[in-house]
Formats: sequence, C-alpha cells, structure tokens
Amino acid sequence: MKKFSVLFTASAVVIGSYLFLKYFFSFYLQLPIPASLMKTYMFLIVAGTLLALTADDDSARKLTAPFHSLLFDPSLRRSRNAVFFVLPFLGAFITYQSRPKTEAPVEFRTVHPAPPSSMTAFGKTYNLITLRNPYRELEINDPDNFRKAVEEGKAVYYRNCLFCHGDKLRGKGIFFDAFHNPHPANFQAVGTIAQFQESYLFWRISTGGPGLPKEAAPWLSPMPVWKNHLSEDKIWKVILFLYDYTGHRPREVGGNE
Amino acid sequence: MKSFYRFMGVFLSVSLIFVSAASAMDTDYRMLWGFNPRKTVWFVAQLHLYLGAFVLAMPIFAVIIEYVGYKTGRKKYDLLAYEFTGLLSVAYAVTAALGGLLIFTLIGFYPSFTRYMTDIFGESMLFYALLFFGETFFLYFYYYGWRRLDNLAPLPSFIKLGGRFIGAVGSVLSAGFLFGFFGKYPGAVQPFWFVFFLLASASFFLLKNRKGLHLWGGIWLNLFGTAIMMVANSWVSYMMSPTAYDTNSYEFTGTLMDAVINPLWVPLGIHRMFGNLAFGGFVAGAYAAVRFLGADSDAQRAHYDWMGYVANFVGVCGLLPLPFAGYYLGREVYSNSALMGNNMMGGDFSWTFIMQAMLVGGLFLFSCYYLWTGMGRIPGAEKYRGYVKYLNAAVLVSLAVWITPHNMPLTAAEVAGMGGSQYHPLLKYLGLMPAKNAAVNLIIISTYAGFLLYIRSNRNKKIPIASHGKTARAVILAAALFCILLVGRYGLSLFMLDPASLDLPPDRVQVFTTTAKLLFINCGVILLSTALFFADRGKTAQFIYLGFTIFSVVFFLGPYGFMVMEKASPFLRNIAVSQFIQLLSCLVLVSTFEIFLFRSEHEKPRWGKMPERSQYTLITLCILMTFNMGLMGFIRSGLRTDWHIYGLLRDTSEWAFTPSNYTMTVMVSAISLVFLLGLVLIFWLSDLGEKKAEAPKDDIEERL
Repeated sequence: MKKFSVLFTASAVVIGSYLFLKYFFSFYLQLPIPASLMKTYMFLIVAGTLLALTADDDSARKLTAPFHSLLFDPSLRRSRNAVFFVLPFLGAFITYQSRPKTEAPVEFRTVHPAPPSSMTAFGKTYNLITLRNPYRELEINDPDNFRKAVEEGKAVYYRNCLFCHGDKLRGKGIFFDAFHNPHPANFQAVGTIAQFQESYLFWRISTGGPGLPKEAAPWLSPMPVWKNHLSEDKIWKVILFLYDYTGHRPREVGGNE
Repeated sequence: MKSFYRFMGVFLSVSLIFVSAASAMDTDYRMLWGFNPRKTVWFVAQLHLYLGAFVLAMPIFAVIIEYVGYKTGRKKYDLLAYEFTGLLSVAYAVTAALGGLLIFTLIGFYPSFTRYMTDIFGESMLFYALLFFGETFFLYFYYYGWRRLDNLAPLPSFIKLGGRFIGAVGSVLSAGFLFGFFGKYPGAVQPFWFVFFLLASASFFLLKNRKGLHLWGGIWLNLFGTAIMMVANSWVSYMMSPTAYDTNSYEFTGTLMDAVINPLWVPLGIHRMFGNLAFGGFVAGAYAAVRFLGADSDAQRAHYDWMGYVANFVGVCGLLPLPFAGYYLGREVYSNSALMGNNMMGGDFSWTFIMQAMLVGGLFLFSCYYLWTGMGRIPGAEKYRGYVKYLNAAVLVSLAVWITPHNMPLTAAEVAGMGGSQYHPLLKYLGLMPAKNAAVNLIIISTYAGFLLYIRSNRNKKIPIASHGKTARAVILAAALFCILLVGRYGLSLFMLDPASLDLPPDRVQVFTTTAKLLFINCGVILLSTALFFADRGKTAQFIYLGFTIFSVVFFLGPYGFMVMEKASPFLRNIAVSQFIQLLSCLVLVSTFEIFLFRSEHEKPRWGKMPERSQYTLITLCILMTFNMGLMGFIRSGLRTDWHIYGLLRDTSEWAFTPSNYTMTVMVSAISLVFLLGLVLIFWLSDLGEKKAEAPKDDIEERL
C-alpha cells in the first residue's frame, strides 16, 4: 500500500479538486462553472499536481512505481490483463461521448467589439480615432450652455433609451427580460461607457445592433440604428447626458494621463 | 563564351527594363513571386526580431557574468561568459542578413509605405546603418580580444586618468540630462536615457587594466546594441502612436526628433529590454540543456548543468519585471488611444491575452519547477522540500485567476443557466484588472520565495551582525533607505494628489489617502525589519517584511482595487504602481538581508546531478518564450488594425484585415518552428568552430 501512497495523493488531489469545483459551485452556490473554464482549471490542477510530485527524484519514482509494477511485475498479471481488457472500452466510451451533438457551438463573443476606424452617417464620413464630441469643450468654456445640452440629452434619453437601459441607466428597463445575450448595457457599471471615448458611443448609438462587427456575433442585439431616427446633434447630446448622470468620464482622444 | 556574354547582356538589359518599369509604376502594393505580402513581411520581421532579441540579450549577460568573474576572481565565470559570447557571432550575421531581407521585402511589397517612412525617418535610417559599424567593431573587439586582454596588466597611466576624467564628466552630464538641463522630454525619456548615458560614462572608470578595457568594450557593445534597438523602435512605435501631424491634412509637420520621441518609444524600449533578457536567458538555457543531455562525461554534465542554472537565473531576472513593463506599455497604449487600448484588452485581441497569460504562467511555473528539481543537487535542501507544494499551490491559484476571462466562452445552455448573461456572477470578478494584478504579484512573490529557499538550502550557518564590517552595515542601511525613499516618495505623491487631476470628485481623496497610508505603514515595516536585522533577528526581519508585502499587495490592494474600480476608476493605475513599488522594495530589502544573513557550511552543490526532466524543462521554457514573443509581436503589430501608421496612413491593400486567431496560431507556430530549427543550426555552426580549434589538441593526445 505504501508504494501507492504518492499516486493516491495525486489522485485524491485531482479528484477532490474536481468534486469541489463541480459540486460546491453547482449545488452550494448554485453557480456552475462553465465547461470551458472547468477544463482549463482541471488542466492546471493535473499539471500542477504532476509538477509538485515530480519535483524530487524520490517522489517521482514513487509516483511512477505503480505503473511500472503494473506493466512488469509478474505477480500483477491478472490486474494487468484486467486493465488491458478495460482500456479499449474506456476508449470507446470517450469516443462515444465526443460524438457530434445537436447543441449550438460555444460562443466566443467579444464584449467590446472593435469599432471601424471610420464610419459613414448623416452624409458624412467620421474618423473615429480623432472624432470628438463637439459639445465637450463647452464644459469648461461655456458651462451654462453645456448644462443646457446635457438637459436636452436627458430628454432624448428618456424618450428613446429608457425602455431598454432603464430610468437609472443600469440597463434594467422594461425590456430587460425580453432581450438576452446581450442584455441592455448598464451604463453605471465601470466596464461600459467609463472605458470608452465618446466616439465609440457615437458609433454604437448611430449604427446599433446591425452595425456590430463580425467578432460581436451572434448579432442578437436589438439596438435600433439610431442614425435613422435621431439627428447627429441629439446623439452627441445624449452621450453628454450618459456621462453626466453616471459621473463617469469619457476617455480622451490622445490620452488623459 | 561569346554566346554566354551575349546571353548575359540580353538578360541584364531585360532585367533592367523590368526593374525600371516596376519602379516607375505608381503602385502602393506589389506581389512578388505570388507571395502574400502581409504574411511574408510578418514572417521575416518576426524571425529578425527573434534573432535580434537573442543578439541583444547575449552580450548583456556575458558582460554581467564576466564582471562577476572579474570581481570575484573566479575563472569559471569568465569561461562561461566567453562561451555565451561564442554563440553570438553566427547569430549576429544571420540577424543582419534577415534585417536586410526585411528591408527589401518592405521596399518590394509596400513601396509607398516605405517611402512615407523614409521621408520622415530617412536620416535616422542612415544613422541606424552607421551604428552597425560600432556594434560590429565592439563585437569583434569583445570576442576576439578576450584571450589577449584576459589579464590584469595595468594600462598606461594617461588612459587611466583620461578614463576617470571622461567617466566623471560624463556622469555629471548624465545627471544634468536627468534633471532637465538639456531640455525636458515627455514620459520616461529622461530616466531611460539617463541610465544609458550613465552606463556609457561609468564604463570609463573600468579602464584600469586589460580586463577592465575588455569589460569596457563589452559595455560599449551593449550600448551600441541598445541604441540600434531604440532607433528601430522609434519607427515601429511611431507607426502605433504618430506625432506631429496636421489633423486635417494628415501631413507630417514636425521634425525627425518629434517623430522619434513619440509616446510609445521608451515604454516599448523598456519592455523589449526585459523581454530580450528573459528570451536570451531561456535560449541559452535550452542550449545548455541540449549539451547536458548529450554530454559524454561528468565534468561536461557539471559544466552544462551550471550553465543552464545561470542562464535560467538570468531568464527569471528578466521575467520578474516583465509583467510590470508590459503593464506600463499597455497603460501608455491606452493613454495614447483609448480605442486601441479597448481593442487590445476588451476587443479583438482580448483572447490573445488569455493565450499570453497561459504562456507566461507556463514560464513562471516551469521556472519554479526547474528550481525545485535543482534542490536535489544541493546538500541540505531536504528541510525545505515541504514548502514546494505550498509555493506550487500559490503559483497555480494565481495562474487560474490570471487566465480566467471576464467574458466566458459559453454554450447556449450555460448562457440560459446564468440568466441570459455572458458573465459568470462570481467568477467574472477574476477577469478584471484588480484580480489580475493581485495574481501576477503573488506569482512573482512565490517565484522569488522559491528562489530564496533554493539559495538558502546551501547556506546554513547564520552570521552574527557583530562579525560584519562597516561595508555590510552601510549596504544594509543604504538598501533600507532606498526602499523607504521608493515607497515613501510614492506614498507622499498619492497623499498630495488632487482628485481633480484624475477627473474625480473631491470626496474620492479618501481612496488616495488610504493607499498612501498603507505605503507609509510599509515604510514603518522597513524600519522595523532593518532594526530587527541589526538585533540579530534577520530571519524574523525577512519573514515580517515578506509577510507584510504579501498582505498589502495581494490581500489588501487586490480586493481594494475592486472598490477603486467602482468609485475612482482612473486611480486604479496608481494602485497597480503601489503594488509594484512595494514588491520591488520587498525584493531589494529581503535579498540584501539574505546576502548578509547566512553563509554556507555545506559542501558545494553537486553540479551535474540533475534529473533529465529538469533539462527538458529548460527546453520547454525556451519554446514557451519563443511562442510568447511571436504572439506578442502579432498583438503589437495587429493593434494598428487596418492602418500602416495608426490614424494617419491607411493600409488599403487587400491584406489589411486583422487575421483570425487561427491564422495567428498557424503563423506564430510556423515562425517559432523555423526559428528554433535555425537556432539548432546556429549552435551547430558555433560548435563546429570550437571543435576545429580543439583539433590540434586531440592530434597531440593521439600522438602521445
């Protein structure tokens, strides 16, 4: 039994970790780990266990000893035969498990799809790398008119965007449950508009769901193409409102370090 | 014969007409021999960079190792440095040839773009070519002058005096450059070039004897290498962050220096320097491993085991600061263009960063594994074996956090199971920057702790503080002072930070002061640890400072980062810098304590007594590093999307699209494979020269 101790330790660590990740997350937390991530974690656990147990010669020998015995020890002839008998069935079972399924493939959706370097709307071509919000400079130069523009943006928001993005801009409008993957964006979260230049928002709002690039597939976003419904002016103003209400700052063109 | 001349005449005339016609055509893109221009340039440029990185790295550690040999008087270091340099000459020639090939592919495939770049950088391109004369001279001086200058015979006194004079004046001028007496430059331009100029000046102090002259030549070899890299860097960084152009007409309006000193120039340079060092270390490690595996005698095995150990040590030294240099570069990319930054971390390139995390994690894990297996050759290491599993667990958990994506690849059923969201309600937090920063810091501390145990294994006799001389005490105090200045100064700057400077409301100042207070407490812990060290409680001192650093960097600032992200997102980068500075301070102080804490009373390490799997680990490290460099090369270049020069000169060719991750994987794997095969060839060629040199000795032995 002693010579199996290292192999048992290794197996216990691997199986124990699997059971913990699987059942603690699934049953206790009710938040199962996605299969792709589970595979990655298990790969790390197996690799890490093997590395730790082969770091010194003694332990490495003990780890491999049972395999060596199984293959060459004359007294283990029955066990050896049993293993060789079972192995093809195991292979068949794994092959059967990996047969083609009817399930949709795993989605690698990109959350912040890259905008094109330029876009066309309102009969003009915009360079999105250098594009700025024309009202942004009023914030310092003419605060009264800036407030006015924000108020106008607010009106645009509550007439048009409220239904999906919600009254508090948290993405929980009345259509929240109707639109899955993606849900309407939560502008209060740090991972959305706080990460972007205003030109990015201009592109997203103007071209909506159908304007999403290839990597944002599947195109499930029901966001309307607002350039067909709002003027350029109104889009810039509603962007002002989004930042003003949430307290986030847009990232500046050319850096704001 | 006559017909041959006639044929040659006609052939040359036709070729000339063809070439003139081709060059007269006003074309932006060209196809030659049916090759895909984009992939061809990618292939050649990456191969050139691989070899360039190796050629730049090798002299850095050859000189460091030679200097160690010079200072300690141990010949084996000198021989090792010479062996490393021997790998260089063939690689140098191949790098230059690939550089030439790259230029011709650019001219051939992308004539308009090349012309555009030449219009701006023409003078620096000429300067670049001239720098090669210096590099070549010093390479040959360093390699071929080794034997001749391998003694301590003094140099004439006028050279010694002249050296000291130039060294002193140059050092003062370098300091003047740092403090802005020669103009103010943006970003880290002044500190970077200060180090460069200071090294150039200080090298003259070595001009005392012949060995010093040789070391001076080695340092100048490195200086020329760095200058060459920085000139070429200015071109590629300009392509990512162009400066001085008219935003309406898109015409370049500045001077050459305006273009050279672009925002990403120095950040890219710093990242490449560390990257090259790590790469060079791991490549040399693989060389040593192959030689170890094929060794005929115990003596050879011992030598190559030691060589592999030193090379891996150098590789890890380059690897430890690399995540921070990368963070700095990434931050500057974000600052320069939020669009490019978002595309890098959250857009098209986000999955490549998960791949990068796997590769870098593998590098740390295998480096640690090599050290653990290496404990087997050290008498006295047995008592530290038990710690290996905890270090392994710390590295693995950190690695798991690092590679957990924010936005997971999910099946439709899983999406439905999570209420229609793409994010896991709990694990999504591991995908955010605060978690990644904490994980990276823990990986580095664990790797360092493993290294500490490794060297501690052979050092068992505690040295009482009373037996140390004044120099040792001065060094310890200087290290403590450096750490206090480093941590305290940054803490003070955070304490005084105005929230308005980060576009934050005044009440967020509390976040700044909390972080600043933590840094002040760190200064207190430095004082306490130093006092304990002087009270002969060195081990406790190390334990306390290491423990506090782990608490502060991983367990406090890690979770705190989430709060900062929510309330004061722009301050998150200052949190990352606070983590890095505390970690650096910990590495400096704990290492200084270690030097003066123990000495060895065990027998020497049993070099050569290493399992074969440890050597395959060294080879794996080299392969992982090669893949990683190729991947990062794709990301850096690909970030420009469909622009030759970002936002300024558009790539209108049919190959302008961003390749898929599949195409990238195939390309990077192919280039890595070709490079690794080329490396085998280069090592074989270097070895050929060695064998030739040894031949007469064999002849003599045979005759005897």
